[in-house]
Amino acid sequence: MQHDDVIWDIIGNKQFCSFKVKTKSQNFCRNEFNITGLCNRSSCPLANSQYATIREEKGQCFLYMKVIERAAFPAKMWEKVKLSKNYEKALEQIDENLIYWPRFIRHKCKQRFTKITQYLIRMRKLVLKRQRKLVPLSRKVESREKRKEEKALIAAQLDNAIEKELLERLKQGTYGDIYNFPVHAFDRALEQQDQESESEEEEEEDDEDVGQREFVAEEEVEESDLSDFEDMNKLKTSSDEEEEETDEEEEEEEEEMEVQTKASGSKGKSPANGSAARKKRAYVEIEYETEPVAKSRATS
Amino acid sequence: MDITEVPVSRDSAGKSKKNKKQKKKKSAEGAVEGKETEEKKTEKKMEKMEASFPPTFSVSEIKNKQRRHLMFMKLKQEKRKQKMQLKKKKKKEREALGDKAPPKKVPKTIENQRVYDETTVDPEDEEVAFDEGTDEFSAYFNGLTNPKVLITTSDRPRGRTMRFCEQLATVIPNSHVYYRRGLPLKRIIPQCVSRNFTYLMVINEDRQTPSLCLYGLVLCHLPDGPTAHFKVSSVRLRKEMKRRGKDPTEHSPEVILNNFSTRLGHTIGRLFAALFPQDPQFVGRQVATFHNQRDFIFFRFHRYIFKNEKRVGIQELGPRFTLKLRSLQKGTFDSKFGEYEWVLKVSLSARL
Repeated sequence: MQHDDVIWDIIGNKQFCSFKVKTKSQNFCRNEFNITGLCNRSSCPLANSQYATIREEKGQCFLYMKVIERAAFPAKMWEKVKLSKNYEKALEQIDENLIYWPRFIRHKCKQRFTKITQYLIRMRKLVLKRQRKLVPLSRKVESREKRKEEKALIAAQLDNAIEKELLERLKQGTYGDIYNFPVHAFDRALEQQDQESESEEEEEEDDEDVGQREFVAEEEVEESDLSDFEDMNKLKTSSDEEEEETDEEEEEEEEEMEVQTKASGSKGKSPANGSAARKKRAYVEIEYETEPVAKSRATS
Repeated sequence: MDITEVPVSRDSAGKSKKNKKQKKKKSAEGAVEGKETEEKKTEKKMEKMEASFPPTFSVSEIKNKQRRHLMFMKLKQEKRKQKMQLKKKKKKEREALGDKAPPKKVPKTIENQRVYDETTVDPEDEEVAFDEGTDEFSAYFNGLTNPKVLITTSDRPRGRTMRFCEQLATVIPNSHVYYRRGLPLKRIIPQCVSRNFTYLMVINEDRQTPSLCLYGLVLCHLPDGPTAHFKVSSVRLRKEMKRRGKDPTEHSPEVILNNFSTRLGHTIGRLFAALFPQDPQFVGRQVATFHNQRDFIFFRFHRYIFKNEKRVGIQELGPRFTLKLRSLQKGTFDSKFGEYEWVLKVSLSARL
């Protein structure tokens, strides 16, 4: 004998129901056979002898009906009807099976069935879109990696490496003639090529004497371009006459190097640093005759 | 005390055994004698122990924390002193020998001790040169194509990620940032190819906590080129960098690639090199560096100035980050059917 009212009296309001979840505004029912999910007199599967639900299993929907005669055997109490995959046909099946049942249950069953089919459709659509794969991070590995990275950073000495590389490139001449550092780098190139072509240089110097006088006018204009390299200008202007002269000669020889090594259009630029000294050349023409002596000074 | 105790126990033992049968008495006496010798030995030992510390004493056996700490500190100081003395002695010897001193020993570093990698590329290797002449980057290195980069993110990027993308776009010339609205990469790639993009760069973010964000970088060379997947760490945006310069200009930067010495390194190096245009504008004085150290690739962006030909000053501008290669895939991005050329294997239990 099932006294629904008595059951509801007990579990509904007064005493404990293990499926009931109380929140501030609503009471929910966690029973898996509950049709609406709320804790109501009409939705409670325990307190209604005539009850039915829809449940889905792996994409298949079933209509579950409670057979109250078997209330003594709870495992066999629910009868299962497989619903068709066609939405309309399934609704007809529900109607057909719950034909003389209360309106409430029929209505709610159909509502629930609709909801279930909708979410199944969405699941199928999502699978086709991009799936986000979660890759688990291991804390141990991550911390090890971090430590290794720190040590690698220290070992890398990035600033030094970058500076070294840039200086290498400057030496090899990848920057062309944008920069002009007369003294040291070209000294080395000088010493290399000195042995090869000393005689050529002497000849060319005479030729270039003529050419260089022409350049003087241009250089004055170009001096302003190199305001960046104030250091170079300071170097030139503060040094002694003799040094300037040796520098001049070295610069001449640099020019020769440049002429020999690459056809550069910026020949005019390089002597611009010593343009202050250049002007003096007009007075000091005599000194070219004593060049070999001066040259030995430069190379030694 | 012990000496007086022994005869008592002996006697008692003897007496108790005397009460029993005679056979046992004899054996008991023998046993007692044995005991006697043993006890004498223990006596001697005990005496020794009382005189000095036993050899197995260590600082950790002191139960009192303060005293233990004190003793430990003393021990450490002793050791340090000895070490300093040793060092001084060695230095003196060195100076005394002068020129004849043996050469200084080079400390062992990971770089020194590394096992030689067989895949290291020899600069004159013909096979490698031939391969590189015909691989996917050859079009770029022969000057036929100009790089055009598309930078995008994963869905719903955070502000920080978008800022990172924008800064990357300033570093890499001819690059465009596009907002990704849920488009799958498979569909983006043909569109990019049709618009002549050479590179696709995707920055995937994963927000673990509101403050910590992990990044992944997918770098895909477009006309069916290799796809590299990196883990990005320690990202510093321009705002967060100390002593940085002004924003980079529009000039194409130079590229420095350090320590990409193996075959795999070569491919990755070329991958990075092809991001930037072939002719850098030296007027801009900007340099982008990819430095590989122990499988971490450090990216830096600097502006340099030559003070004289022996010294150069560099000033960091632009973002910095480190990459670690996770996988290299032949062909464009395809996570299901792609052919992986190289995958990073992480083993928890491997001893480093």
